[in-house]
Amino acid sequence: MSQGVAVVGLYVRDQEEALRFYVDLLGFRVHTDARNGDYRWLTVQHPEQPSFQLGLFAPQPPTMDEATAATVREIVAKGAMPPLVLMVDDCRAVYAQLRDRGVEFTQEPVSRYGSVDAGFRDPSGNGWKMIQGRSA
Amino acid sequence: MPPARRTDPDLLRRLLRAKDRMDAASHEAWPVRRLAQVSGTSEAHFARSFKDAFGLPPHRYLLTRRIERATAFLRDTERSVTEIAMETGWSSLGTFGRIFHDIVGESPGAYRARVQQEAHELTRVPHCFVSAAHRPGLTIAVSEKRRRASAP
Repeated sequence: MSQGVAVVGLYVRDQEEALRFYVDLLGFRVHTDARNGDYRWLTVQHPEQPSFQLGLFAPQPPTMDEATAATVREIVAKGAMPPLVLMVDDCRAVYAQLRDRGVEFTQEPVSRYGSVDAGFRDPSGNGWKMIQGRSA
Repeated sequence: MPPARRTDPDLLRRLLRAKDRMDAASHEAWPVRRLAQVSGTSEAHFARSFKDAFGLPPHRYLLTRRIERATAFLRDTERSVTEIAMETGWSSLGTFGRIFHDIVGESPGAYRARVQQEAHELTRVPHCFVSAAHRPGLTIAVSEKRRRASAP
């Protein structure tokens, strides 16, 4: 595929902490980790989704001024960033696995509307819904 | 212009945890002591910080979540109003009916009759987001709403 959405980013409070969360706990892979001084372009990928990168970006100068960055950090910590959805084959199994690894779940798996969904947050406060794909 | 008042993001993240816990179990009792413990703050600090962060006191937030759940049950299930009241954390049917009416603007029974008539066009949106969109507004105290409604 040569056209389409390639990168969507999250704001995180600490890129090192986010890297550990998404790679060590969720099982994503690092795609790009490039530094230039204090600036760090960091993206990860779902192992089954090679054409898409999830950016883990810090709200900080020089990409934004410090006053704006402080506001963004507050918004992230209040869980007000847009919703994220992770599709899985077996919501209950993945829930048990991630919970045991220390992921902070906000909702246990619930069966409804022909599927199963659960909710968790990353350390920064970004909220994920984990939804079981409907079997064909 | 004075600089914007800042709140420590780490505190906000811990307040969010208390809010998440209320979301996950709004039928349970959430005294300030319990919420403060979740957030790792003092009780006095908690109530004030929560209101500063989210715009309404924790107890009032809890009421909106309970009524939100109740409206979903009324809409999507055939359970009786009494069952729904007990399930969503109210110890008295009278209190449930009164607060429900204050927030939603009609009785639980009237609400159920109305929404069950309406066609659902939101089936493709994940449930939790539909539910959030249906969340009742509660920017003023329930007692204040009653006072205004009864004013001449």
